[in-house]
Amino acid sequence: MSGLGNITKKEIRELLTPATFVPIILIALIFATMGTSIEGIQEKALESPTIGVIVEDNGTYSQMASAILHTNAKSVYNSTSLTDLQDGLQTVKQHEGVGLVIIPANFTEQILQEKQGTLEVYWIMKGTGLFDSVSSSSLEGILSYINLNISKELIQQNEQNTTVNSTFVLQPTHRVETTTYKNRVFEGLSPGTISGMLATQSMLIPIVMMMIIIMAGGIVITSMALEKENKTLETLLTLPVKRTSIVSGKIIAAAIIGLILAVIYMIGMQFYFSGFNITSGINLANYGLVLNSLDFLWIGISLFLALVAGLSLCMLLGTFAKNYKSAQTLTFPITMLALIPMFITMFLDFDTLPLAAKMLVFAIPFSHPMMAPRALLFDDYLLVFGGMIYVGIFALVTISIVVWVFKTDRLLVGTTKFKWLKTLKRRRRF
Amino acid sequence: MPAIEVQNLVKKYGSIDAVKGISFSIDKGEIFGLIGPNGAGKTTTLRVLSTLLMINGGSVTILGYDLQKEPGEIRKIISYLPEDAGAYKNLSGRAYLQFIANFFDQKQATSMVQKGIEITDLGVRIDDRVDTYSKGMMRRLLVGRALMTEPKLAILDEPTSGLDVINAQEIRKLIKSTAQTGTTVLLSSHNMLEVEYLCDRIALIAEGKIIETGKPKSLLEKYQARNIEEVFIKAVEK
Repeated sequence: MSGLGNITKKEIRELLTPATFVPIILIALIFATMGTSIEGIQEKALESPTIGVIVEDNGTYSQMASAILHTNAKSVYNSTSLTDLQDGLQTVKQHEGVGLVIIPANFTEQILQEKQGTLEVYWIMKGTGLFDSVSSSSLEGILSYINLNISKELIQQNEQNTTVNSTFVLQPTHRVETTTYKNRVFEGLSPGTISGMLATQSMLIPIVMMMIIIMAGGIVITSMALEKENKTLETLLTLPVKRTSIVSGKIIAAAIIGLILAVIYMIGMQFYFSGFNITSGINLANYGLVLNSLDFLWIGISLFLALVAGLSLCMLLGTFAKNYKSAQTLTFPITMLALIPMFITMFLDFDTLPLAAKMLVFAIPFSHPMMAPRALLFDDYLLVFGGMIYVGIFALVTISIVVWVFKTDRLLVGTTKFKWLKTLKRRRRF
Repeated sequence: MPAIEVQNLVKKYGSIDAVKGISFSIDKGEIFGLIGPNGAGKTTTLRVLSTLLMINGGSVTILGYDLQKEPGEIRKIISYLPEDAGAYKNLSGRAYLQFIANFFDQKQATSMVQKGIEITDLGVRIDDRVDTYSKGMMRRLLVGRALMTEPKLAILDEPTSGLDVINAQEIRKLIKSTAQTGTTVLLSSHNMLEVEYLCDRIALIAEGKIIETGKPKSLLEKYQARNIEEVFIKAVEK
């Protein structure tokens, strides 16, 4: 075999390990899953939205609007009286509809007087994630279509009339919107606007949390790997220091460094996100969607608990690390655990997730500080405190396991009682 | 009361029996050597006595403390030097010694570090980063670290491993003088000359079993051998 062939063969054999391929395969799977989810959302967007319609007016334009609504949406409630509003909303809610459209009595008359006709929309918001507003976007599209059709009609009617108000003709309707979500009413806001605003405001914590976990987690795992690689672990374990002190010391040091890195990161991100707040022009504080100092305390506690839980998990993984190279591979599961809730909380709401996804998100300790800001905004204290208790228990159990590993000789001799792992190791040897 | 009392010690790695029921005792202030080929069970025995490994059978008592019940107390009075130990590479030699001393009595930390610096004899290089040290310098730093705490029991796995003749000789003298101050020394070595020079008593270990124990001179006479190497071969053949 030539020198080139010999070296190439050796290099391929060294690189052809599960450590090289498993991360890439997992990333590919995640992207494939995300693609399928987006496809599902696109399909959902093409579906007719479920709505309720109250038409008080029987003029030409209201009939036109009503016809468009009934053609393009699935109407589960139809009425001609505004007194049936609550009844209508209840019916739409029962059918998991997106909202109730009211065409008021003076709709046609207003348009004939060259005044914008009002379309009242009572939105029923299901979740605050960006993807949760897909159904409401479909209805928004239909309402825009009504506007377009009336506009076309007006242009045809006024073909010879040069004095017509072009601004009115191009925009003959306007919307008066009210959104209800978790028993709260937001007047003048659509679900899309609320989701968009919340997304920009609550994007910071998931990103920061992910960065802290990835950076501080990497520090902990690498620290354990270096203790083994540099042959300092044996000496450390024979010194008069408690195993809990070794474990806690490593976790605290990594947490401090992680927090410092997070603060630096947050400063940069704050400037980045401040741009979004200016352009939106809507102050969520006017709608009571603002966190108070107590809420920030809960978020801080949730963040701290998740950090301790995450780092103790990293410490546990670190005990498996044999050297720096294997430590790099072991940071991958932690990165994935941080990325999954980050993406989910950005685009979807915990409340609207399927049960299996809910369980997965809840089980990942990093999800909780990411979900906490939105949950606190809507007074969902059960999710916040339940999450804190779960993450606290998770951290305690994980730390106990790590301390147990440190007390046994598994850290040095690497023996395991897991039969399947032994079998796997034996197979790989052959 | 002996410094170390080992009774029927058994240590297994899965299905492999590394140590098969060995027994020995070491008196206070004695230098005791474990001699044997690679894989005989020397390092495993030393790691067990250093509280690093759990035992599968038998009992170990170190200065009155039970190894299984009181490992924390044992760690306060022992010092272990692994064969292929290292130090934290981003620290200087002095900072490393200070880091170790901080685990012991805070009042004596400064004098401990001073003693460590004297033992290592690294001169101005003591303030250089550990990752710039040669293998010999690193070993001297680690021997200094192990002996500066004035342990009641020093467990030294191949203490002169990687050292040149002159440095090895200095370390042997240091171990001998440390034992004269009352420290009990348990060491392992491949170097039979070293063993003859250093040890008050030795145990020959092969395939996890102690095959002979005694003073080097007595063993030489018993086996009518010229050196310990011959003693070992004859003892194995027996």
